[in-house]
Amino acid sequence: MLRISVLKRRADFTLQAAFAAPTPGVTALFGRSGSGKTTLVDIISGLLPPDEGEVRLGETLLTDTKQAVSVPVERRRIGYVFQDPRLFPHLSVEGNLRYGARRAAAATPVIVFDEVVSLLGLGALLQRRPQGLSGGEKQRVSLGRALLSQPQLLLLDEPLGSLDVARRQEVLPYLEALRDRLSIPMVYVSHEFEEVLRLATHLVLLDAGRVVAEGTVTEMSLRPELRSIVGPELAGSVVEGVVTAVNATAGIADVTVGSGTLRVSLRDAVPGTHLRLQLLARDVILATRAIDGLSVRNAVCGAIAEISADVENTVLVSVDIGGAIVLSRITRAALAALRLHTGQPVWALMKAVSLRGHAFRAPVRPESTRPEPPSRSPS
Amino acid sequence: MNGLLNPAELDALRLSLAVAARSVAFSLPLAVLIAWVLTRTRFFGRMLLDAFVHLPLVLPPVAVGYTLLLLFGARGPIGGWLRAHFGIELAFTTAGAALATAVMTFPLLVRAIRLSLDNVDPGLEAAARTLGAGPVDRFFSVTLPLMLPGVLAGAVTAFAAGLGEFGAVITFAANIPGVTRTLPLALYTAMQSPHGDAMALHLAGLSFLLGLLGLLAAELLVRRVRRLVGR
Repeated sequence: MLRISVLKRRADFTLQAAFAAPTPGVTALFGRSGSGKTTLVDIISGLLPPDEGEVRLGETLLTDTKQAVSVPVERRRIGYVFQDPRLFPHLSVEGNLRYGARRAAAATPVIVFDEVVSLLGLGALLQRRPQGLSGGEKQRVSLGRALLSQPQLLLLDEPLGSLDVARRQEVLPYLEALRDRLSIPMVYVSHEFEEVLRLATHLVLLDAGRVVAEGTVTEMSLRPELRSIVGPELAGSVVEGVVTAVNATAGIADVTVGSGTLRVSLRDAVPGTHLRLQLLARDVILATRAIDGLSVRNAVCGAIAEISADVENTVLVSVDIGGAIVLSRITRAALAALRLHTGQPVWALMKAVSLRGHAFRAPVRPESTRPEPPSRSPS
Repeated sequence: MNGLLNPAELDALRLSLAVAARSVAFSLPLAVLIAWVLTRTRFFGRMLLDAFVHLPLVLPPVAVGYTLLLLFGARGPIGGWLRAHFGIELAFTTAGAALATAVMTFPLLVRAIRLSLDNVDPGLEAAARTLGAGPVDRFFSVTLPLMLPGVLAGAVTAFAAGLGEFGAVITFAANIPGVTRTLPLALYTAMQSPHGDAMALHLAGLSFLLGLLGLLAAELLVRRVRRLVGR
C-alpha cells in the first residue's frame, strides 16, 4: 500500500491531498490540467519536498516532515517516467536502459534486461541514439529504463501526453502488458479517461489540489465528481463482466454483466475473458416495457435506483441490472412522459456497437484483491 | 620551423606553449567547479563570487600581476607559506608565469563552461536521480559529458589566449629568457632592442598564426564532440 498525506503551498494554488493506493495495481491520478497531479507524483518521487505530511510505501517511511525524514530520491527505488522521455543524449538506447540497472542495489535483478527489451519491443533499437527515435519509441525506452532500475513503485506522469493519437495507441498495449506481466505497482497520471479505463485498477480523482473521490473505476464511474472532470459527453457507467460466448463471424460476444447478458461488438474475444465496458449515458435508451422490432441488440431489465439532475434539462437515471449499474441520460420531458420513479422496473436498451469493451485477462496475482488486469483491447 | 625561427624565438614559442598548457591544466577543474556552483546553486554572496571571477577581465593586467606578487611573492602570505612548507617558488618562475596566465584566462574558461552548463537540461539530472544516481555520480555520468563541448571549447580558447598573456606575467614572473620570456615578452624585448625588427615581425606573425589555429581548433573540436554526445 502506498499511503500519502501531504500539503504543498504554491504561489497560485495549494495541494492538500491524501490517498491510499493498493499495491500491486495501477492507481490512476485523474484530473484536469493544474489539479496537482504532477505535484503529487513529484512529492512521491522525492523530487519535490512537501511543506507538511508524509509518504509511506509499504513499511517504509519515505517522507515525514514531522520527524524530518526524507529519503533521498536516488535511494527511494521509485521509477519515474516523465511526460517528456528525458533520455540521455550521449548514451545509446542500451546505455540508457542499463543506466538505472547498473545502479540498482538488488543483487539479483527481478526485472531482467532481455525480458524488458522483448516486452517493450526494443530489440532493434539497442544500438541507436535517442535523437533518431520516434516519440513513441523514446517513451518506450524511457519506460524500460525506469523498469530496469528495479523500482518498488513506478510513477508515470502522462507518459503518452507528448504523443499524437496514433503513437498513443502504439504505446498503450505495452503499458497494459507491463501491468499484467510484472507485478510492479504503478501510479499513473492522466487526464485522458480512455487511458484510465484501459489501465487503472484504482482511481483517485483530483480537483484543484484536493482528492475529491477514490475507489474502483466502476465505483468512480457513477460519481458526479468524475462526470465533472470528463464532461457530460463521456458520462456513463463502467461495468465489468465475463465473456460467455463468441460469435466470431458476426463479431459479437456475449458478456455477463450483473445478472444480465450484454451483446458487445468485439472481435478476438475468448470465452472466459474479463471485460471492462463503458456504457455511455447518452447511448442508453430506457423503455417501460419490452419492445420488439428494434435493431438494438441489448435489452436488459432492471430497476431504477436513482434519478438525479444532469446538465441542462436532462436527468441521469441509474438502473440496477442486478449487481451492476447502468446510467441513462434522458430529457426531463421524457422523464415526465414515462412517469419514471425510483424502484420502477425498466428496460435499458443499448446498441452492441455503442458499447466500448476493453478485454481483461483473468487475474494471475495472488495478492490482488480486484480481478481486473486487462491485456488487450479490441474495440 | 628551425629554419624560420632562431633559437631565442623557438625558446619563446616552447615556453609559451608550456605555460599555457600548465595554466589550463590547473585551472580547468577549478573552473568547472566554479561554473557549476554559479549555475546550479543559490547562496548569499553568489553575485560577489561571480564578480570576483570576472575581475581579471576588467582590471589592468599589471594590477593583477602586482596583486599576485603581493600574495604569492617570497614574502607574501601565501608565497611564504608555500616556500616554507613545500619549497615551491612562484614569483619569477615558469610556474609563476603559468599561475598569472591561469588567473587572467580564468574568466574566459568559466564563461564558456557556464554557457554549456546552462544548456544541460536539469530534467536529465532529475531523471538520473530517480534512476539511483547520487550527486557525484550524476555529475560525472550525465552533467559533465553533456557540457563537454563547452568545457573543451573553453579550454582551447583559454589555451590560445594564454599563449599571449603579457601584463600579469611580466609583472609577477618578470622577463627571464628561457624561464618566463614567453612569446609576447620576447616580442616586447625585440621591439625594445635596436636590431630586433625582423624578430619582432616573426614573433608577431607567429602569434597571429597560433591565435587563428587555436580558435579554429576550438570550433572544430566543439562540432566533433557535440556530435559525439548527441547535442
